[in-house]
Amino acid sequence: MSEYVTLTIDGKEVKAPVGSTVLEAAKSVGINIPTLCFLKGINEIGACRMCVVDVGARSLQAACMYPVSEGLKVITNSPKIREARRVTLELILSSHEKKCLSCVRNINCELQKLAQELNIHDIRFEGELQHYPIDDLSHSIVRDPNKCVLCRRCVSVCKNVQTVSAIETVDRGYKTIVASPFHMPLKDTPCVNCGQCIVACPVGALREKNSTDKVWEALNNKDLHVVVQTAPAVRAAIGEEFGYPIGTPVTGKMVAALKKLGFAKVFDTDTAADLTIMEEGTELVDRIKNNGVLPMITSCSPGWIKFCEHFYPDMLDNLSTCKSPQNMFGAVLKSYYAEKMGIDPAKIFVVSVMPCTAKKFEAERPELASTGYPDVDEVITTRELVQMIRESGIDFRNLEDEEFDDPMGEATGAGVIFGATGGVMEAALRSVPYLLTGKDDDNIDINVVRGTDGIKEAELEVAGIKIKAAVAHGLGNARKLLDKVKAGEAEYHFIEIMACPGGCVCGGGQPIQPASVRNEINLMAERAKALYQEDQNLTYRRSHQNPGVLKMYEEYFEKPGGHKAHKLLHTHYVAREIYPEE
Amino acid sequence: MKSIEELKAIRDRTLKEMSIRDNEDKMRIVVGMATCGIAAGAKNVMNAFIDELNKRNINNVTVSMTGCIGICRLEPVAEVFDATGEKTTYVKLDAEKARRIVAEHIVNQKVVTEFTVGAAER
Amino acid sequence: MVYRSHVLICNGTGCTASKVPEIMARLEKALAEKGLEKEVKIVKTGCFGLCEKGPIMVVYPEGATYCHVAPDDIEEIVNEHLVKGRIVKRLLLGDKDVEDVAKSLDNVGFFNRQVRIALRNCGVINPEVIDEYIARDGYMALAKALTEMTPQQVIDEIKKSGLRGRGGGGFPTGMKWQFAANQVSDQKYVCCNADEGDPGAFMDRSILEGDPHSVIEAMAIAGYAIGANQGYIYVRAEYPIAVQRLQIAISQAREYGLLGKNIFGTDFSFDLDIRLGAGAFVCGEETALMTSIEGHRGEPRTRPPFPAVKGLWGKPTILNNVETYANIPVILLKGADWFNTIGTEKSKGTKVFAIGGKINNTGLVEIPMGMTLREVIYDIGGGIPKGKKFKAAQTGGPSGGCIPASHIDVPIDYDNLLELGSMMGSGGMIIMDEDNCMVDIAKFFLEFTVDESCGKCPPCRIGTKRMYEILDRITSGKGEEGDIEKLELLAENIKQSALCGLGQTAPNPVLSTIRYFRDEYEAHVKEHRCPAGVCRALLKYFIIPDKCKGCSLCSKKCPVGAISGEIKKPYVIDQNKCIKCGVCMDTCKFAAIEKK
Repeated sequence: MSEYVTLTIDGKEVKAPVGSTVLEAAKSVGINIPTLCFLKGINEIGACRMCVVDVGARSLQAACMYPVSEGLKVITNSPKIREARRVTLELILSSHEKKCLSCVRNINCELQKLAQELNIHDIRFEGELQHYPIDDLSHSIVRDPNKCVLCRRCVSVCKNVQTVSAIETVDRGYKTIVASPFHMPLKDTPCVNCGQCIVACPVGALREKNSTDKVWEALNNKDLHVVVQTAPAVRAAIGEEFGYPIGTPVTGKMVAALKKLGFAKVFDTDTAADLTIMEEGTELVDRIKNNGVLPMITSCSPGWIKFCEHFYPDMLDNLSTCKSPQNMFGAVLKSYYAEKMGIDPAKIFVVSVMPCTAKKFEAERPELASTGYPDVDEVITTRELVQMIRESGIDFRNLEDEEFDDPMGEATGAGVIFGATGGVMEAALRSVPYLLTGKDDDNIDINVVRGTDGIKEAELEVAGIKIKAAVAHGLGNARKLLDKVKAGEAEYHFIEIMACPGGCVCGGGQPIQPASVRNEINLMAERAKALYQEDQNLTYRRSHQNPGVLKMYEEYFEKPGGHKAHKLLHTHYVAREIYPEE
Repeated sequence: MKSIEELKAIRDRTLKEMSIRDNEDKMRIVVGMATCGIAAGAKNVMNAFIDELNKRNINNVTVSMTGCIGICRLEPVAEVFDATGEKTTYVKLDAEKARRIVAEHIVNQKVVTEFTVGAAER
Repeated sequence: MVYRSHVLICNGTGCTASKVPEIMARLEKALAEKGLEKEVKIVKTGCFGLCEKGPIMVVYPEGATYCHVAPDDIEEIVNEHLVKGRIVKRLLLGDKDVEDVAKSLDNVGFFNRQVRIALRNCGVINPEVIDEYIARDGYMALAKALTEMTPQQVIDEIKKSGLRGRGGGGFPTGMKWQFAANQVSDQKYVCCNADEGDPGAFMDRSILEGDPHSVIEAMAIAGYAIGANQGYIYVRAEYPIAVQRLQIAISQAREYGLLGKNIFGTDFSFDLDIRLGAGAFVCGEETALMTSIEGHRGEPRTRPPFPAVKGLWGKPTILNNVETYANIPVILLKGADWFNTIGTEKSKGTKVFAIGGKINNTGLVEIPMGMTLREVIYDIGGGIPKGKKFKAAQTGGPSGGCIPASHIDVPIDYDNLLELGSMMGSGGMIIMDEDNCMVDIAKFFLEFTVDESCGKCPPCRIGTKRMYEILDRITSGKGEEGDIEKLELLAENIKQSALCGLGQTAPNPVLSTIRYFRDEYEAHVKEHRCPAGVCRALLKYFIIPDKCKGCSLCSKKCPVGAISGEIKKPYVIDQNKCIKCGVCMDTCKFAAIEKK
């Protein structure tokens, strides 16, 4: 029962729902008001003043915050407003390090676009520039405050969405800067490396730690057997960079491109996802049957793992001991695969392409080298892969589709949907009946755990056992859910947590969609469509049906949770302080 | 604080103590407190003034000191100024006389003629 | 207990900084030695306002006001005045007829032109003794409101009084209360803005130090009027004495049941807490203040929603300044009609100003609205030192502007000041004479804003910085044609675009000085000349040959060896070497050096 008010925008009567903003009302009648700091649902603070409009007040007002009201008269376009916006933008540009040509965000920069749209050719107010050191000590994230426009999108996402608060605005006046507490490097903060700040940034102030050079170097090394694995979410978004509509799966072309880049083998991390379900599902069944620590919480998301280590160190025993699919795969490649192919594991160089910046940190965890070698040697994000493809002159759109390589190429639909929030839960629930009873039930599309609600719940009865499950994506939602569990207000057997809102499809390593797109569509849902579509089309849709995985157990790991599996596919966690005491 | 009466009681009590700081015109008793006066017992006299005023709950009269008034032989000396500035000089005072001055001059507006400088000089 | 004498000693921040603690200790010791503890009462008070003359001590019943009291003066004051009744004339305030010392405080021009409402108890009572506040009708207004008036009647009375916010904007207080009262909510808040931050302004501090209960009482009244039972006083941590007195006052009020549950046996309950600000100027802006109370970085947010609708923790909240609150109890007791008789048509009552700069009586004064600048400067302020010419008065701090000498007879009220391009602000008033450079003044205020901008919006964060850079260029002799226009362009757009009131008003000091002193700007830009002789880079020091005796002293003192010559012949300054430090001018015994 939404009520409407009637207002006038640029002389035109507009009906708008109560509680909406002038920005939204203007949009509904085809008036685009420029914005910079506004990121719907995440950063609504009216800070950048690009969207100023005249509502007849003493000064101009921010359209992104100004509520509509009956009879309101708004002017969005006048000489005064255009000049005010231009002056503000010129001021921002005057304090911005304009190394646009060599910027990671060149031609994908919201500031550039704004300057073009507002017809800026000359900056009338140049002045002192601040010079800050670049923080590149983190394994995952590089911060360059010289490019920061202080829109606070990163701060809001870190503080309000992820509830990590590794960064805040500090100092005052012209010296205001986004920084960690006490200007510590990001690596010394509870930053979980999720990279949501990067995809929120309109400019090049935040980027992933680039590993493409190291990958090129490995590819050029004739002594190495360089293989690559790609996470499910990559295929759901990489097409955006090559002109495909959001939500188009481009798996075949992606595989073809990777082969062109020179990888000896191109594997699908989804296979390891199936393996994860076998291990994790078995672990869950075991915990339920033998009074183990419950709820068990998924361990696929490295951002979530670090969050848990910092903020819920008392819940580490609740985490599944399973390595993430990326690392499981790495371990498989350096053990089973090496043995099978007769390659010295020391010569195998595993690259993973991930939608995720936290995977870079995960790959460096010393406890994850159970084969005696790092599971994964180098992690690149979807964005970095795009850079490599572009750099190589590969005409992505005109590639012939290719298939993942054997022996581990074939994954199930369950592995594919890992990339969306609820996917791991759905995959697990597709296999748990079998793992408990040796028989499948009829549930295959478990819709209650799909979708982009922050917290989702499901209940499943298998062989007389009621399994209560919950799914949270985005660490703020995870925090809400865990606090409820800790307070005894909710009880579950199994919880899926993904650090990034929407799950991996909207990971911090994915193509960056500008606010203009994110404010209009549900990016999480659109990208997830690609995965659910692929899932629908696959022969096998339950992990325990994956022929490759079954073969792996038969030939090497014996059984889920077996001795070898335990050594190679499982891990442990460390409690971390939020801030080190020294 | 449960009632305005309580508040008023505190006000009235404190007001009495603070009235000295009022600059409105009112009666003043000024006691000569130079060496001569003190030697003759002016301090007792002053204390008696203060004590008697207190006892009678009179808070619109101030007691202050002054130096030598110039008639050392008649010490202790005190001068009473009424609201209009009219001055009465009392001499050869003691505590008992001070109390009578409060009772008669201050309370009843009747000058205690027998203690005045005029009477003493006669 | 009745004492024959009360010794009032100012314990405000200003006097405290001038050895008042030592004076107090010496006084207590001296009284004890003379056996006078039971006859003489020492009363710690708040600020008298005449800070220029501090430390101030007033001895009653004579009313003798001693100024510039030093610890070494105590013995004399005790022996002479308190023992022998002989007033220590050399320490008396002013040069008036010392024979008539009684009521001297009220008779000096500094005080007798003032109308003290907000400051009614400052320097009169001991702020740490609640009974003294009560003696002066303290908490009677709260009692009256709670027992005789409905909340709406309280609001109506405040509305009728015409009281406007004393913190800067001058928004009608009663209207603000009405908005909050109209909201339906399970929780509402009353906040007091004591984050005084304008350079040179300290009236709020003085009220908190001298009369904390007046604010507490008013906040409770406000709580009753709008339906709130919790209040917060946001006071800067740099005001330790104010904070301490507030703490004492709050606990005394709680002890007396004037804060807490069922005040005066009614259904009304109200309590207060203090929140300390860490010293950010922007936290004086209402939304930033509330954000800070909530525990976040103090930054303004956009309005609407206004605090009266969505304030502290999203609940309806009213926020008034200390001085505004201090007026409330008096208005309720004496009535809006009485209050209405003071002031001008649209600005009722009084305003406290902290006068400073080129003025003889620096300090705190409370004047009826409508008094002219001339009266403030000459009658109360005692005029400009050294007989210099009045040039302008800066009011409103970094958000305000300058009022030039040509407007010295304009009655001071909210609307007149706004019209003149300045504003009332919190009440800082800095007097400038012919030796002040207006470009330099604008630069000073802008530098303050540049430092204190919260950094949230670009117009304020970057815009004021760019304006400052231009002013810095102009005052260093590097001004360019078009700079003044650029300043105006930036200023206009910052006014239009900045997020909060502080940002929107930040350009005012520049705009108002350009408005009244454009010629001075032009002299800097076009002729590279500072008419007031302030901007060092634009000055040149010259030796007047006729006056120079060739003593060589300046040459010896010059730190960069820029002066040379032959003994007994006129010396010369090498302009290329000169760093314009002015040492030569200070050194010369023959006034043979001039700057231009």
